[in-house]
Amino acid sequence: MAFSDLSFSAVRRCLTPLISAAGLTCVAVAGCSAPPLPAVTPDPYEARNRSVHGFNKTLDQTVVRPSAFGYGGVAPGPLRSGIQNISLNLGLPSDIVNSLLQARPGAALENTVRLAVNTTIGIGGVFDPATAMGIEGEPTGYGETLHVWGMAEGNYVEVPLIGPSTDRDALGLVMDIFLDPLRFTLPTVEANVSTGVQILAGLGRRYRYSDTIDSILYDSADSYAQLKLLYLQNRRFQLGQTVENDADFVDPYEDIYGQ
Amino acid sequence: MANDLSRRRVLGLGLAAGAAICLAPGLPRAVWALDVGQARGLIDDVVNEINRVINSGESEAAMLTQFEALFVRYADVPVIARSVLGPAGRQASPEQISGFTTAFQGYISRRYGRRFREFIGGRIEVGDARAVKSYYEVITTAFLQGESPFEVRFHVSDKSGRLLFFNIIIEGVNMLASARTEIGAMLDRQGGNLDALIAELQRT
Repeated sequence: MAFSDLSFSAVRRCLTPLISAAGLTCVAVAGCSAPPLPAVTPDPYEARNRSVHGFNKTLDQTVVRPSAFGYGGVAPGPLRSGIQNISLNLGLPSDIVNSLLQARPGAALENTVRLAVNTTIGIGGVFDPATAMGIEGEPTGYGETLHVWGMAEGNYVEVPLIGPSTDRDALGLVMDIFLDPLRFTLPTVEANVSTGVQILAGLGRRYRYSDTIDSILYDSADSYAQLKLLYLQNRRFQLGQTVENDADFVDPYEDIYGQ
Repeated sequence: MANDLSRRRVLGLGLAAGAAICLAPGLPRAVWALDVGQARGLIDDVVNEINRVINSGESEAAMLTQFEALFVRYADVPVIARSVLGPAGRQASPEQISGFTTAFQGYISRRYGRRFREFIGGRIEVGDARAVKSYYEVITTAFLQGESPFEVRFHVSDKSGRLLFFNIIIEGVNMLASARTEIGAMLDRQGGNLDALIAELQRT
């Protein structure tokens, strides 16, 4: 599952973890403006991050990637996309809770309609008629909620098994797992099935985006630096922190003509 | 010495170009609006060409060659190469710079051209364009098979004397920054030896 969400064409799906959120008291903090980006991206955890990165790559090479290719080879495309759909559907209760916590009633409504349509007409989420109807949903999670509440992204962190993150998003990830409404509503057996579905869906994405993920992890001169850059830039984009705020941006014409 | 000279010459050219633009007849604002349209037109052409290549059904090798040709024709390759090389370029001779530019051009077309496999059967649509700081930004949307649409922004400048794109931002990911990170790491691996880096780029 590590890196399974990273892709050239779908980097945006980076760690929008599929689980999360519960009946937290909605302190109406919404309306806080987004925290400003740091001028330079600091990386005080670099040494530890790099060793975790090495561990994650080894894990990918020995377990995740081979399992993903095993799964991709055995399960036909429609089955894999059914599993992926179920996994996204299971994430919707958490998306709804987080949309509300972020004071985004429109997104909460869209996610709710999507859950209703795909769970019923989509037969328990196996199919995705909602997207065909133009209800694409607004995937989110606690990382985004913390951002909306005004928490800064903190330092870059590479998390074992999971991959790239930040202080804020890593905290969000823990909350996603432990505050998932399904966690409190599903009986044990169903909860285990749900976990199994999430794992298969993760393998499915590792398989589907293998060209891109392989090229980042195994074809880069410095895969750690490359992954960090991709993650941070894409994550800021997802959160609506626009390119103009991008401290990494350098006008190449200024480089040459300016100084 | 040689570096100073060439830098001053480049600077002079830049100033001359700047002066020419400022002194050009016509109100700046009208020129600006016209240029946004021209920037969009450039990306229209690029996108039409890309759409043609990715749906041509040709072999991957043939597509890679075509991507390199498109890159050279529509992108400001010398400026991109200089920017990607970064501070290491300041100590380089003009021969090394031109050798690096050529090697980089082939390398980038092969590396990213292969990724365009994901675009086969898809299409890109050009949307809004606007002036940002000292350049133009053209916003496009890529529609790939089985994927939700995603945003690709082209940054376009006429500072080279022609309207060319110099950066692509895919869902917030700045390709110039990504290439700079990659080339920087490759140069470090070669102990800072630019000639060795050029040789490696030609092999990769």
